[in-house]
Amino acid sequence: MGRTLAEKVWDEHTVRRAAGEPDLLYVDLHLVHEVTSPQAFDGLRLAGRTVRRPDLTLATEDHNIPTTDLDRPIADPVSRTQVETLRRNCGEFGVRLHPLGDDDQGIVHVVGPQLGLTQPGTTVVCGDSHTSTHGAFGALAFGIGTSEVEHVLATQTLPQNRPRTMAVTVNGRLPDGVGAKDLVLTLIAAVGTGGGQGHVVEYRGEAIRALSMEARMTVCNMSIEWGAKAGLIAPDETTLDYLRDRPHAPRGRDWDAAVAHWRTLVTDHDAEFDREVVLDASATAPFVTWGTNPGQGVALSGRVPYPADLDDEHARASAERALVYMDLDAGTPMREIDIDTVFVGSCTNGRIEDLRLAAEVLDGRRVAEGLRMLVVPGSVRVRLQAEAEGLDAVFEAAGAQWRGAGCSMCLGMNADTLAPGERAASTSNRNFEGRQGRGGRTHLVSPQVAAATAVLGHLASPADLRGA
Amino acid sequence: MHTGTAVPLRRSNVDTDQIIPASYLKRVTRTGFEDGLFAAWRDDPDFVLNRPESRGASILVAGQDFGTGSSREHAVWALQDFGFRVVVASRFGDIFTTNAGKAGLLAARVDAKVVAALWELLERQPDAPVTVDLRARTVVTGGADDRIEDAFDVDDYTRWRLLEGLDDVGITMSHEQEITDFERCRPAFLPVTLPARTET
Repeated sequence: MGRTLAEKVWDEHTVRRAAGEPDLLYVDLHLVHEVTSPQAFDGLRLAGRTVRRPDLTLATEDHNIPTTDLDRPIADPVSRTQVETLRRNCGEFGVRLHPLGDDDQGIVHVVGPQLGLTQPGTTVVCGDSHTSTHGAFGALAFGIGTSEVEHVLATQTLPQNRPRTMAVTVNGRLPDGVGAKDLVLTLIAAVGTGGGQGHVVEYRGEAIRALSMEARMTVCNMSIEWGAKAGLIAPDETTLDYLRDRPHAPRGRDWDAAVAHWRTLVTDHDAEFDREVVLDASATAPFVTWGTNPGQGVALSGRVPYPADLDDEHARASAERALVYMDLDAGTPMREIDIDTVFVGSCTNGRIEDLRLAAEVLDGRRVAEGLRMLVVPGSVRVRLQAEAEGLDAVFEAAGAQWRGAGCSMCLGMNADTLAPGERAASTSNRNFEGRQGRGGRTHLVSPQVAAATAVLGHLASPADLRGA
Repeated sequence: MHTGTAVPLRRSNVDTDQIIPASYLKRVTRTGFEDGLFAAWRDDPDFVLNRPESRGASILVAGQDFGTGSSREHAVWALQDFGFRVVVASRFGDIFTTNAGKAGLLAARVDAKVVAALWELLERQPDAPVTVDLRARTVVTGGADDRIEDAFDVDDYTRWRLLEGLDDVGITMSHEQEITDFERCRPAFLPVTLPARTET
């Protein structure tokens, strides 16, 4: 019987397989950042160990850094200590680091792909759950904890139980004005936040093939939000076009050898997935969340649901709690929800295409009176590209704040947070209670919906702006 | 085998941002995260962990999908720093389960009915001792007329490591030769981060 793409990548990286033990997997690329690594480096020091493969390791500063006043030292002393600890650790162990101020600094999941380090058929890990982003290239990529970070630093391997496989097939074409974020939010609402647990998911079908690399990254990024171990997409011409001539893409004869291998990275016709989910892209629409987990979403044209209508007891209790936290009444049309802050950025939607989509909507318009809008590029390269295209001028003319690169308000670890009770439309990935600041309320949206919402002051899509 | 008192946390979808918010992740040490545990909820004096009967508890009984979301191992450390040795739930986030196994916190998966029964018993009788037996994979509590005894799931390898107190890195290091052999066969086209290349 044939194998799925995920199984092929898994098998190619299995260093050791023995009965009663997890497989020992080799890691091709280990990405590191300041928040989940200090205790791992400490562990190495305590045991007198070294980093086995500094040449397969890359560090950036992203989670805990400011996005303003970049010419000054980090104001928060605790954050500064954490960032300085990463710099010291990378220096001591010989790990390449792109620190604040460097042109290759940025969110770890934006930097890896743009450098061409994320390649088809590789294994990528990072102490961050959104490592699934790299699956867009047909890589097996997943988030790990700090003990595992230490394990990879020391051995370049990880013991892993073989996951089950799942196919998500998206047939048809996305309608105009509907993007990858709407698609993945629709999927999560359909399958639930635990729907992918224990599975590596392959996204396939006509609608997926039609997505750009950046849009594929948005889809794979959110795999963890429905519990999947990883999400991947088979490489094709779109993948090759993106990778060609990137700084770390293979060159010359290596490129040819790599491409020959990448072409084998498809699920065989006679392979079987443990589970299959099918979606119809043509039935999707702009989609937003109303609750406190990414599965609590509804079409923008819909209403806040009545918890009593939900069959599942857990879902009902969770919805009731969510409505209290979100201060929403069941039955309210989503478009009538007023928004205080709009955040465009994150590893989900902080790439150049996302900024272009938001800028296109904002061009010639103004952000609503009293509304705050932050635009935070995913990396310095994205920022420079946007500035070269004049997008920064569009954002600033509209009244939005144009910031430095980082995770920023996605998780509110730096100064970019919501105040208690403040309500945001955010292009990030998590609407958990307090995620963007204690007491803050988050609606997850696409970049287009974020921009239209900023103009109108309530949840809206670009279609609502006609005539506005 | 571990016996202690238990706290019923009647909530599902307790993601790791709830267990410890990001603002508490700035520490570079491995301990001292107890202040961040359920930080937002602990402002409420009625929150179950704030009740006097919860003091000294070492077992947490939570709803479905505990520990989903962010990969932060700090969530496991915060639970341990607070004094928890075991979390019982009907389903856990995958990364949380792995982190727990590595750090020595037992994530015991039971049927949702068992969680409901434990909640009921613990709310009636907060000082009831609960015994979690890793060898037998059972959770036991209650008296003659309200006894709960049920099996929990934990994967064999994690169970073995927890019982033996083994260091994962050490185990892998014993396969060093296999890693070296594997490395010798890796294709030349695979990327390396050093020397650094950048856009020109």
